[in-house]
Amino acid sequence: MQTQHTFLPFLPALTLLALLGPVVGGLYGTLLPAFGHLPAAGLSGPSLDPFRGLLAWPGFLPSVRLSMVTGIGAAFLSLSVVALILAGWSGTRAFRWVERLLSPLLSVPHAAAAFGLAFLIAPSGWVVRLFSPWLTGWERPPDVLILQDPLGLSLIAGLVVKEVPFLLLMSISAMGQVGGAKQLAVAQSLGYGRVAGWLAVVFPAIYVRIRLPVLVVLAWSMSVVDVAVILGPSTPSTLSVQIVRWMSDPDLTFRLQAAAAALVQLGLVIVALLVWTAAEWSLVQLSKRYFHMGRRHARDRVLRGVGAGLAGTVSLALILGLLGLVLWSFAGFWSFPDLLPQQFTLRSWQRHSAGSFDALTETALIAGCVVTLGIVLTLGCLEAEERHNLRLTSKGMWLLYLPLLVPQTAFIPGLQTLLLNFGLETGRGAVILAHLVFVLPYLRLSLQDPWMQWDRRQAVSSAALGASPRRIFWRVRLPMLLAPILTAIAVGVAVSVGQYLPTLLIGGGRVETLTTEAVALASGGDRRAIGVFGLLQTAAALLPFAIALVVPAVIWRNRKGLRHG
Amino acid sequence: MKTHWLKIAVLGALVPLTSWADTDPKNWDLVLEKAQGQTVYWNAWGGSPTTNAFIEWAGDRVKEEFGVTVEHVKLTDTADAVTRVLSEKEVDKDQGGAIDLIWINGANFASMKDAELLFGPWAEDLPGWRHVDVVGKSVQSDFTVPVEGFESPWAMAQVVFMYDTADIADPLPSANAILDWAKAHPGRYTYPQPPDFLGTTFLKQMLVELIDNSEELALPATDDNYDAVTAPLWDYLAELTPVLWREGRAYPPSGTRQIQLMNDGELDLAISFSPGAASTAIANYELPDTVRTFVLDKGTIGNASYVAIPYNSSAKEGAMVLANFLLSAEAQANAQDPNVLGYGTVLDVAGLPEEDKKRFDSLDLGIATLSPAELGRAQAEPHPSWMTRIADDWQKRYGVAQ
Amino acid sequence: MADQSKLGLRLEGLEICHGDRRLVALNHEIAPGEVLTLMGPSGVGKSTLLSAVIGTLSPEFRLLGEIFLNGQIITNLPPHQRNVGILFQETLLFPHMSVGANLAFGLASGGTRAERRERVNLALAKVGLEGFADRDPATLSGGQRARVALMRTLLAKPQALLLDEPFSGLDAALRTKIRKLVFEQARAQNLPVLMVTHDGEDAAAAGGEVITLGG
Repeated sequence: MQTQHTFLPFLPALTLLALLGPVVGGLYGTLLPAFGHLPAAGLSGPSLDPFRGLLAWPGFLPSVRLSMVTGIGAAFLSLSVVALILAGWSGTRAFRWVERLLSPLLSVPHAAAAFGLAFLIAPSGWVVRLFSPWLTGWERPPDVLILQDPLGLSLIAGLVVKEVPFLLLMSISAMGQVGGAKQLAVAQSLGYGRVAGWLAVVFPAIYVRIRLPVLVVLAWSMSVVDVAVILGPSTPSTLSVQIVRWMSDPDLTFRLQAAAAALVQLGLVIVALLVWTAAEWSLVQLSKRYFHMGRRHARDRVLRGVGAGLAGTVSLALILGLLGLVLWSFAGFWSFPDLLPQQFTLRSWQRHSAGSFDALTETALIAGCVVTLGIVLTLGCLEAEERHNLRLTSKGMWLLYLPLLVPQTAFIPGLQTLLLNFGLETGRGAVILAHLVFVLPYLRLSLQDPWMQWDRRQAVSSAALGASPRRIFWRVRLPMLLAPILTAIAVGVAVSVGQYLPTLLIGGGRVETLTTEAVALASGGDRRAIGVFGLLQTAAALLPFAIALVVPAVIWRNRKGLRHG
Repeated sequence: MKTHWLKIAVLGALVPLTSWADTDPKNWDLVLEKAQGQTVYWNAWGGSPTTNAFIEWAGDRVKEEFGVTVEHVKLTDTADAVTRVLSEKEVDKDQGGAIDLIWINGANFASMKDAELLFGPWAEDLPGWRHVDVVGKSVQSDFTVPVEGFESPWAMAQVVFMYDTADIADPLPSANAILDWAKAHPGRYTYPQPPDFLGTTFLKQMLVELIDNSEELALPATDDNYDAVTAPLWDYLAELTPVLWREGRAYPPSGTRQIQLMNDGELDLAISFSPGAASTAIANYELPDTVRTFVLDKGTIGNASYVAIPYNSSAKEGAMVLANFLLSAEAQANAQDPNVLGYGTVLDVAGLPEEDKKRFDSLDLGIATLSPAELGRAQAEPHPSWMTRIADDWQKRYGVAQ
Repeated sequence: MADQSKLGLRLEGLEICHGDRRLVALNHEIAPGEVLTLMGPSGVGKSTLLSAVIGTLSPEFRLLGEIFLNGQIITNLPPHQRNVGILFQETLLFPHMSVGANLAFGLASGGTRAERRERVNLALAKVGLEGFADRDPATLSGGQRARVALMRTLLAKPQALLLDEPFSGLDAALRTKIRKLVFEQARAQNLPVLMVTHDGEDAAAAGGEVITLGG
């Protein structure tokens, strides 16, 4: 290799550092104060006081229970809904409609989706309004606890609505790899009903491929903050929300308790992953025995109907939720039980124009830097692995997924404390590095397949023409992979735009992005402001996808060989 | 807050009175001259679009008039600014601090004044001070702490209750009237979840309302008297909570959400710390135009918002010019306009020159705003220590109730 | 100028092993203008041998012996420094570049923009594709693509040419024409040619020695 490429072999190591450094450092920074060591507050450990304080908090057990139930419940429900939709409908025309509908909705930030859902299902929300008072007889909204219910049911609903599109799209891409359509045809020709046949022969192969994303959904659902602030209960809230509250307390001693709670949160996620694995195993045993009996379940119209109903509900919840945001952002006076505002006005947009512009600039700046860094590292890694014949093993995949599996609330507060102890400024630069931790895995995951599928003989034939590896990379491979690279960039931007906790904590509350503003406003409760910021947030995440679709189409408009692929 | 108090006490003991060679506010011409070209970093809560817009307006005006640039540093919690100045003092950064002016009152003022983190006294030397209503409004003691010129008032707030006349015929002028009504109409009243500021204000207001002798509240709470003094409040909440919105199993997280719920028809009654807020909300389509406000017969708690200058500010003159501008009839009348902020004025309007008086007379306070006479005299705030304890106690009793 | 006797492509004691298994062993010399044809069933290592010559042998294989091109050992040079051109069955034109840009990519660097364009146009004219420079390669017919691929390879001024079943994608009539063109051009430039094919007709048309591997 020529000397000009000597930096390349360092990129995988650098990427690993960017990926895991903050996680490991953050966990370390959580460990110290959890045992009473916090020099910035003049405290030194070790001591068990933080844990004693945590156990003495009367909300401890309820909030632990809440985190477990909502997390496992949401992950299980999401997976079941996805399996049912795929089992009943994959390959049909209706299914392609759902797929087209849900793909862009995948990038709707969690917070915006949650606001939308909140306005749909509240006792004074859209669904009730639709039937009031003509059917329900309600002139006033009923006094029932739907949002913020103590069992966390609305929180679970919010998580499911957001996770179903994610798991569905992951499964669809896995379906292509395992050739699910043909296997299903075989099962059906043996007399099995669609649903039973799919679950028996296709689902096991797909599950193996989406297992890590499913575990990510599980870990994430247990420790999510923004959605839980909006839809979850507050007396008490989930453990993660309480951790963030304690972290933001000006009294530094509360950080010790927050760190102890963060360790507990990590433990909870590990326990949940183990429980999940055990459940996987027993389900495999059960289903083996079951399918051995050869029951065909040829009549599965009801199940298919349920699948269609669920797909419709999830799509409608997301779309109507967004529509609700649009209407509120332009709403004049709008009270119960009116289905629409009495008048429309631009006032909310005018009122928030200055503030939202600042937040938009900050969001774009951060996402731009993060994704630029991320894409350089990711492409650099792929190219270095190619030239030096390295392969990403399944262990490597776990490393890649690690930042997504370790709950944010377990290491982000620790990272902040660590920065504080070293006397480092929290701020934009630190936020960018923190976002990178979550953007890198998604960049890699979305580039991995297109990169590998590229016809390597293009490189051979270029080299035979005398082109150096460097020239091949820049002149042949990158241009040919323009579309997947832009899509990866769009995914990266969407991930960065959606980050709440790292922005809030690592930014020290001083870095204001659309998401932090939107969540702050959501807890404030001004629906018009939420509408404006939620929509801007969604637009910021969706626009790059539109660009990723349009740009290659325009640049390669005269290149038939690059279309559809 | 415990470590704050501790740290502040230690620092207060160690650091001698800061000597300063700053411009004497009595020499106002010199202040104006030095202020020219300065940039004032005004640290103020940034959670409300209307206040942000007002601060921007004030900044534009002092730029035009006095050549002072104002940068609004938007805080989520004023305590952040206190911590910042404190940490600057810890590393001996006694000049060129990051903060020039803080929107402040209550406990934060008390701790900063105590730890000598404030520049001053200067407030009573401002030219605008002579029109401030020192008799009728409690602008010289802040949550029982004597102000002594270390902060300058700029807005008055007072507790009012907003009620929807479409659902409630007459005001509910006492704690018991509210309770009786709530029992007759379960699920139509709630308050923001403490430690939200408005939620703790409700608890505070009911405490003041329910006890016979409110003088004890002017002194710090002690282990000896806390239980006895607050007992009537907890008895009251025990009766009220089961008939609250959602039976007290959930609370709105903030005052804004409370207003939204009123707009949605879920609530008929809500507390506010701003007499003009209801009118402003009606004007912004955020409340139905049938909403009006009332105060309790025995009066309601009121307090002033202030601005203070940290001891290490790098633009003290500019900050004083801004504080003085906030006292001007122009700024005060603008702040009182329900289309802008709807805040009460700190000025003695009757004593103003005719021209300035007109600014206030021509103001339409809005359909839901009480006149100064109807608002009556404000009750004093209890000592901050009461609030801290009550908020903690509430958390244990109601904050984790499943 | 190197010694006349050393000109051409020489595979000296070449062996390719996979683990303990020896896939291919070959000791042969191809003189300039001559064609050596390798035949044999799939999987005997014909293409592996080509990748060894071109320098893209996967590291799971072990290579023994030496490869000489015009007297120089190229066994361990990176692919782009070997001056060995290759043509595949799939023409592998770069889909993001125009026909002209594909050719220019092959053309050795140097010369002004106008000169380079001129040489590209000349090359196109040589194979009867005048005025095709701005076309999208995806719009070409199979025969046109094969001709562009050939010229792209030749413009890089290779000193040897490898052919990996280059004609098997074409229908019978076209096949004869393209085959003739390739061999003509290779002979005109005095290139040693190493061809891998399934097709006896290819071997016959090449006219050189035929080695059958495996089987």
